Amino acid sequence: MKVAPVVVLAMVPTSLALAVAVGSVDLGPAQLGEALLGRGDEIAREIVWGVRAPRALAGFACGGLLALAGSLLQVLLRNPLADPGILGVSGGASAGALAAMLLGAAATGVNLAALAGAAVAAGAVFAFSLGRSGWNPYRVLLTGVALASGFGALVGLMLAVAPSSQVQGMLFWLLGDLSPSGDPTAALLVLATCGALAFSQSAALDVLILGEDKARSLGVSVTRVQWVAFACATLATVAAVLLGGAIGFVGLVVPHLLRLSGVHRHALLLPLAACLGGSLLALADTLARTVAAPAELPVGVLTAMIGVPALLALLARLR
Amino acid sequence: MLEAKGLSLSAGGRELVRALDLSLAPGQCWSLLGPNGSGKTSLIHALAGLRQPRSGAIALDGVPLASIGRKDIARRVAVLLQDEESDFWGSVLDYVLLGLYPKSGSAWSRDEESLAQARHWLAELELADRAAQAYRTLSGGERQRARVAQVLLQDSGVMLLDEPLQHLDLRHQAIVMGTLAACAAEGKTVLAALHEPGHAARHCGFAVLLYDAGRASLGRSSDMLTQANLEALYQCRLEAAGAWSFLPS
Repeated sequence: MKVAPVVVLAMVPTSLALAVAVGSVDLGPAQLGEALLGRGDEIAREIVWGVRAPRALAGFACGGLLALAGSLLQVLLRNPLADPGILGVSGGASAGALAAMLLGAAATGVNLAALAGAAVAAGAVFAFSLGRSGWNPYRVLLTGVALASGFGALVGLMLAVAPSSQVQGMLFWLLGDLSPSGDPTAALLVLATCGALAFSQSAALDVLILGEDKARSLGVSVTRVQWVAFACATLATVAAVLLGGAIGFVGLVVPHLLRLSGVHRHALLLPLAACLGGSLLALADTLARTVAAPAELPVGVLTAMIGVPALLALLARLR
Repeated sequence: MLEAKGLSLSAGGRELVRALDLSLAPGQCWSLLGPNGSGKTSLIHALAGLRQPRSGAIALDGVPLASIGRKDIARRVAVLLQDEESDFWGSVLDYVLLGLYPKSGSAWSRDEESLAQARHWLAELELADRAAQAYRTLSGGERQRARVAQVLLQDSGVMLLDEPLQHLDLRHQAIVMGTLAACAAEGKTVLAALHEPGHAARHCGFAVLLYDAGRASLGRSSDMLTQANLEALYQCRLEAAGAWSFLPS
């Protein structure tokens, strides 16, 4: 209980520092220090501040957003298997992005198409499950799963008919890839906003774990809390997917890692999930671009390869 | 004072309660008896503002319940529900402390006084040595006692309890009933749905009997809990078992 927060908080600067220090160009400690202070070789400065730092922050923002969304959805849907993909939002974004790639769109076009796909999915979840009868976890879950498999089929179709020169790019998008991520500022802003908004509901979320009626009887405005949390989770997922594609596993595993380590109060769980998710993804992305350098692996593969053993080890330790 | 006037409830197209007038005053301990499906839970939910009655009015201290804010109700009415999600990850003490949410609006308030209060109720319900244990690892009966402790910590003037004795052994049935009766003696209003007329007769001065098909009768336990009434209520023959009817003293 006391260890986990310290470890997680220490991981944030460590992972970001590693992400900036390590790369296909070996800068060495002296040159790195100079560049960090904005002095010395112009190429080194460009590598540190123009390439690695934005990418490290993009990884951190993306992982933080996914873990935040996962933490919220697991409470809202009362399902330990809930992750950002379960709303169909990342499926919608994937289908949109692939369709744009198939039509030969540039990066901006792909991003816009992904945004449109995510909006269609979120709108459909809203229309089919939330709009009419208020919040019902089963309807949301079923709608999300149905949409996700629908989009999955579309994605499969597009992969099947795409010319082979495009398939690799598509697969990278589907597995999650931070190399074309660009400016992370918007995503960091979304992370800060959604994080703060969700954090403001943390005490109510603690009570909501006991069920809606009990939460109501303890004075929680259940519907309002659910709406706020759902909006935060959706927005966070969309921002993460636009930045890094459909990166899996962070949103599912990080909240469980924390709960299994004894962190369960949302006032602690939510910020720590954002920190841990962000750090893990920054680390995974550092690995993704270095293990097979100069080639890059899709970061989604790395998150699964780190996340799965970590979760299994914790589960084994706790019987 | 929690009052219902002309209260009618139905569920699944079935009429549960018809035009019930009920007035629960401070210092009174009420039992709520009736066969399965007679509407005990629905009545408690309605009195707690958790479900809309089909018709009729409910007022808390003279103010319509529907016009009182959720949080305000929670400060004045505590509810023990029959069922609850059980995937709470924290300790037993953490669990009980959630009962402070209506007062503090935060699950963080862990000042000395609240901690002492939480520990007091845990001790009262013989869970003191379980305080640091994970709530999920408790047995059914221990969980039930922790849930009762949470409701007691809420410290509201009105306490509505849906089967507070479920899963409890004889000793802890007596402890819970004794604690509820003591709360009433201190001026709180208590209403508990029970399945054991013996506990109702011993600890509660008043009783509501919910018959099938919406009929109800209420009054002093001494008038209500007669063999004839209970036979009509439960639709079965009863014997005055005398020496066979054991209740912890």
